[in-house]
Amino acid sequence: MSDHEYTPSSKFGKWFNDRLPLLTLANHLTDYPTPKNLNYWWTFGGILTFCLITQIVTGLVLAMHYIAHADMAFSSVEHIMRDVNYGWLLRYVHANGASMFFLAVYIHIFRSLFYGSYKSPREIIWILGIIIYLLMMAAAFMGYVLPWGQMSFWGATVITNLFSAIPLVGESITTWLWGGYSVDNPTLTRFFTLHYLIPFLILGLVVLHIWALHVPGNNNPVGIDIKKPSKDTVPFHPYIVIKDAFALLMFCIVFAMFVFYQPNILGHADNYIEADPLVTPAHIVPEWYLLPFYAILRSVPDKLMGVVAMLSAILILAALPWLDTSKVRSAVFRPLFRQFYWILVADVLILGYVGAMPAEGLYLLIARVATAYYFAHFLIILPILGWKEKTTPLPLSITEPVLGGSPNLAAARSDERIEKTIK
Amino acid sequence: MSKLKNIFFVLIFSIIALNSSNSAEKSPAFLETKWTFKGLFGKFDRASLQRGYQVYTEVCASCHSMKYLTYRNLAETGGPEFSQAEAKAIAASFEVTDGPNSTGEMFVRPAKLSDKFVMPYANEQEAKAANGGAYPPDMSVLVKARKGGADYIYSLLLGYSEPPEGVELDDGVYYNKYMYGNKIKMPAPLSDDLVEYTDGTKATAEQMSKDVTNFLMWSAEPHLEQRHKTGFRVIAYLIILTVLVYFTMKKIWSRVESKV
Repeated sequence: MSDHEYTPSSKFGKWFNDRLPLLTLANHLTDYPTPKNLNYWWTFGGILTFCLITQIVTGLVLAMHYIAHADMAFSSVEHIMRDVNYGWLLRYVHANGASMFFLAVYIHIFRSLFYGSYKSPREIIWILGIIIYLLMMAAAFMGYVLPWGQMSFWGATVITNLFSAIPLVGESITTWLWGGYSVDNPTLTRFFTLHYLIPFLILGLVVLHIWALHVPGNNNPVGIDIKKPSKDTVPFHPYIVIKDAFALLMFCIVFAMFVFYQPNILGHADNYIEADPLVTPAHIVPEWYLLPFYAILRSVPDKLMGVVAMLSAILILAALPWLDTSKVRSAVFRPLFRQFYWILVADVLILGYVGAMPAEGLYLLIARVATAYYFAHFLIILPILGWKEKTTPLPLSITEPVLGGSPNLAAARSDERIEKTIK
Repeated sequence: MSKLKNIFFVLIFSIIALNSSNSAEKSPAFLETKWTFKGLFGKFDRASLQRGYQVYTEVCASCHSMKYLTYRNLAETGGPEFSQAEAKAIAASFEVTDGPNSTGEMFVRPAKLSDKFVMPYANEQEAKAANGGAYPPDMSVLVKARKGGADYIYSLLLGYSEPPEGVELDDGVYYNKYMYGNKIKMPAPLSDDLVEYTDGTKATAEQMSKDVTNFLMWSAEPHLEQRHKTGFRVIAYLIILTVLVYFTMKKIWSRVESKV
């Protein structure tokens, strides 16, 4: 991990560090050589850590006041909103925090897609990220069920019913998930338990995610391997810390605008109606961040195949490091890939839009075309692009594009020579 | 960079657009009125809230419950802000069943500040039976439970008219151009001079609709004023801090020949 041995200056520090090398870890984290050309899209890792901590802290306090019971959940949420000190703030931060978390994670994922951060040697970081993302979706879905409003109840009914599509054992699995023959109190209590558990699983995976990141180090906008530490890197502290802090504050301003001025705009009005198993809402829609997958699910006429398609849409990402055959990481040097990248972004946004619309007529047709394109991007376009695409020349080091722009091979090489002689 | 920035904003706005266009039904544009609770410093119109409570209790409360409100809420800051004495008097005008007492009997007593709003019906079944099978929804969070919020409620209250040609209505069903499906089981609840305002305001249907909608907005968001006040401070603080951190960042990064 660390590139040099670290010795604490104090005697006690040395005694402690010999037994538990926390100081070595702290030193590694502060000195961690980071590419100096990272742009603001790289600040979302820190922002996501902030989101996770915010959700855990607000969630802990909410759990002290929330009652996980079908008869009391809705009114306990109203109790939080009305009578708990700053309960409204905690709940709105937690509810909008989930949306902000997903906003940040989508930017984080699409940054990775653009700059090829998933490619060798960072496949494990990427796959851990996909698992975190899956767990986030599970946590968010179960969290949305807890207020026990109409969308909570019917969303839970729709999603858990998907398992009944599994041949032979589907019905039994659904009954087992529900703890009964429909979504009811046992479903609510187990969802609450799991909703409480998952964030800590995510926290553990985040530690692994960062650990795995610190082995090869950050990718960077140029996407080339760099020597660490070198002229191309800066120590994490203070350079990256202050930059992350600046980006995080900007993010918090947007976050605060939602929490204080539009706290319900990302939610659905029906969820302020208490769950009623006898009344089905006109449209059952998931939260915005799940809409693209909901669109994929509904675009397939067969229920089982729909579920398979939806799951594949996420799991296909795990195979991405091997589906993308190009050796060049950054889209900056891949003119064709760059265009397909933006088409994919548009495709996912379109899927999100039709996911919110009724699955009929033109919307259904658009959803089908967009779903087909989504899979084609990963299964056909990316593998072929890797062989066919003519990439533009890569610079030798980060310093080169940052300093001048025009390739200056001689200068870069002489830099290398100088560094070697110093060593 | 600027291209990526644009995408970021497109993302945010598309999320907002997506949610505001969730339902594909065409509904007529809502009636326009000026709400004092909107905007950066939005606050409730205190007098309107008090009048709204009067409309609620004299008209709506005969069918609609407000089970999450307590009488003490009426005297709390950010709400109608009746005086303690007024709120106590309002509570005392209702009767609640309490008990059991030391001899095991239930008894009826006047309501106190700590009591929840008295409900018009004992249970949902009774409410339905009394209203031709339709359940008058609880009004505590009604504004938040309807797409369009306060504008929708206000428009609905004033949206009654004779059905257009070709629309057949059953007995006990009324035409309302803002209602989902245009058919509503609640007869037009407000008409001019239905209540007599104690503050002398003329009780037109528009005035009453506005007052009661204000009241319902407050009941759905009792901490709205505090939220706006805190929100302004938080965002102002964040902006100042962001500017300071920006210059700190510039200073620190000036040591390396890389732009930030």
